[in-house]
Amino acid sequence: MSDAASIRALGIDAGSTTMKMVGVDAEGALVWHALEEMDPRIEAQAERLLDVVRADGCPDSLPLIATGYGRRLITRADRKVTEITCHARGVHRELGHGGTLIDIGGQDSKVIVVSEEGKVVNFSMNDKCAAGTGRFLEVVSGRLRMPMDAFADTALAADGEVGISSTCTVFAESEMISLLAHGAPVERIVRGLHRSLVQRVSALARGAGLRPPVMLSGGVARSRAIRTLLAETLRQEIVLPRHPQLMGAYGAALLALGA
Amino acid sequence: MTLGLAKYQHLAVSFLGRGALRYERLRQEAKLKRKGSWKSERFAPPLSTSPRLKELISLHYLKGRTADERGPVAWVTSGAPVEFLVALGYYVLYPENHGAVCGIRRVSEKISVHAEDAGYSRDLCSYARTDIGAALSGETPVGRLPRPDLLVACTNICQTVLLWYQVLAAHFRVPLVIIDTPFLYGEATERDIDFVRKQIEEAVAVAERVAGRSLSESRLMQVTRRSKEATELWLKVMETGKAKPAPITAFDEFIHMAPIVEMRGEQFTVDYYRAMLQELEARVRQGSGAVLRERKRLIWDNLPIWPRVRWLSEKLADRGVSLVASTYTNAWGELADLVDPEHPLESAAKVYLHPILNRGTGHKLATMEKMVRDYQADGVILHSDRSCKPYSIGQMDQRERLGTAAGVPALLLEADHNDPRSFSEEQAASRLAAFFEVLEA
Ligand code: SF4
Repeated sequence: MSDAASIRALGIDAGSTTMKMVGVDAEGALVWHALEEMDPRIEAQAERLLDVVRADGCPDSLPLIATGYGRRLITRADRKVTEITCHARGVHRELGHGGTLIDIGGQDSKVIVVSEEGKVVNFSMNDKCAAGTGRFLEVVSGRLRMPMDAFADTALAADGEVGISSTCTVFAESEMISLLAHGAPVERIVRGLHRSLVQRVSALARGAGLRPPVMLSGGVARSRAIRTLLAETLRQEIVLPRHPQLMGAYGAALLALGA
Repeated sequence: MTLGLAKYQHLAVSFLGRGALRYERLRQEAKLKRKGSWKSERFAPPLSTSPRLKELISLHYLKGRTADERGPVAWVTSGAPVEFLVALGYYVLYPENHGAVCGIRRVSEKISVHAEDAGYSRDLCSYARTDIGAALSGETPVGRLPRPDLLVACTNICQTVLLWYQVLAAHFRVPLVIIDTPFLYGEATERDIDFVRKQIEEAVAVAERVAGRSLSESRLMQVTRRSKEATELWLKVMETGKAKPAPITAFDEFIHMAPIVEMRGEQFTVDYYRAMLQELEARVRQGSGAVLRERKRLIWDNLPIWPRVRWLSEKLADRGVSLVASTYTNAWGELADLVDPEHPLESAAKVYLHPILNRGTGHKLATMEKMVRDYQADGVILHSDRSCKPYSIGQMDQRERLGTAAGVPALLLEADHNDPRSFSEEQAASRLAAFFEVLEA
């Protein structure tokens, strides 16, 4: 992107699997972004991204807010804010309304009930079990040697579904293997695996007191199969922001701007 | 051990021990009085009654070390009617309180493992595991626990105690009295009260037989009177938290509640809470809060996370958050009105039917809503206690209702009251951070 010169504030989201940086202009529009796989040296990676944005023409010493698991390590940030507040802020600005935001990240999933004014009313987190997170899809698709897109397409193309009863990622994986060994069709198993993640997330959403519309953010939101099955299970339309993965960093940048 | 030796040892431990504890209290009191001796950016200095509390608790366990050499000993559940046992001269031990002591001293995991090694599941309440582990191994941070002559389990807190006490009865080969309290979905009926009263009467008969003496009516009335007085004072102590800033937090109450739970019915307990109340009232007049720079006020639901009480209290105080009340500590004060010293057994039946855990989840919700109003709270922390199912059930709905009906946000914090393995500091910290942001938005 070449709009870096108009950046007035920055946000960094140091998540569990990716690091995102977003720049906003004086009006709060998302004008620049970068996304990388997470590097274990969080601080150095953040510095590198700052160099990149500066090389693109971004002015020096702009306000910066960090969010995500690694936020505490980003010493350059003026302030550290949790993903809950940042995601709510980013999505509210992007979509212009409140509702229930479901954020399925690489290592946890969250449900955030957002008021019409963009305030967090309530939130629920699943950080105890990998089965409701992106990690689950990674593990099972990796086992089937399917890239993520093909994995989602396979689920949607299936003409039926095999129920996965295990409540744990590791056991779901072995259940899948034994189903394959018994000759169950791969597509149906894949759909069942998606369903199992969706059911966990839906339970979390209902527990938080679901308020329509349902909005989705986080890396897993890119999966068409998850979106379709989630809409089906919750019986709600799913609204998606333009860059679901960037909403945390976008919210951080907006907060840094004071917008 | 021969009786002579036992007596000698008791005298030595109790005489020397008492002296040492008294000396320690005087030293602590003098230290608190010295100006400038308290340096904290977060909290007001401890109450001047705190050293006395420490002495009371230590003395209680010190007496316990040799109690079984001197007289009858009963182990009872926290919700069991205790007044008749005190009146009969029993030394009363509360395994749940002992469990809490183990939790605070961070040895509950180590002791629970003895029970787990013996086959007790980790899904069992961590108090039960700590207690069974202590019984099996003899390990305890308080020196020694006296062997029980009698066990009393009352089902008004949960059904876990039913089986837990059967395990103890088999282990110690002593009589077990069970007092079964029907669950109250609404008001208690005459039949409920009568049913419980009859069981208490039967319990008295067993306790008399085990102790080899009979219950004196006037002594029971005296103990019940003291119990009522202490309960009323404890309620008033907690109610000083309504002041802004609150002179006491629920974290303080978690510690100061020990006498009302395990030394109810004693005159020194009454005296203790009277002194504490006076001091708190003075702090209210001076406008001094327990948390310096109190900015937000929260209510706590469920048992404390014993191994993490300090960590959590500091985390909250760092953000100017004061925990002004809790449903847990309130449980030992809210029934004061029901106690009638003129009719000790009849009123005991009523009192011990009404603990918060023996009533529906709607009642708990109403209690929290009232607390939010009375204490002008900004939010609620619902500790979802992996061990205590009866306390944690319904919290999902309660959280939502608190938002809609009481208009305050509530946080579900997953942990365990006594098993540190069910607590993740990082995850708890990130939830709390998000909750603080919601409170401040
Ligand atoms: S389950 Fe709950 S009420 Fe029962 S003993 Fe354990 S902590 Fe107490």
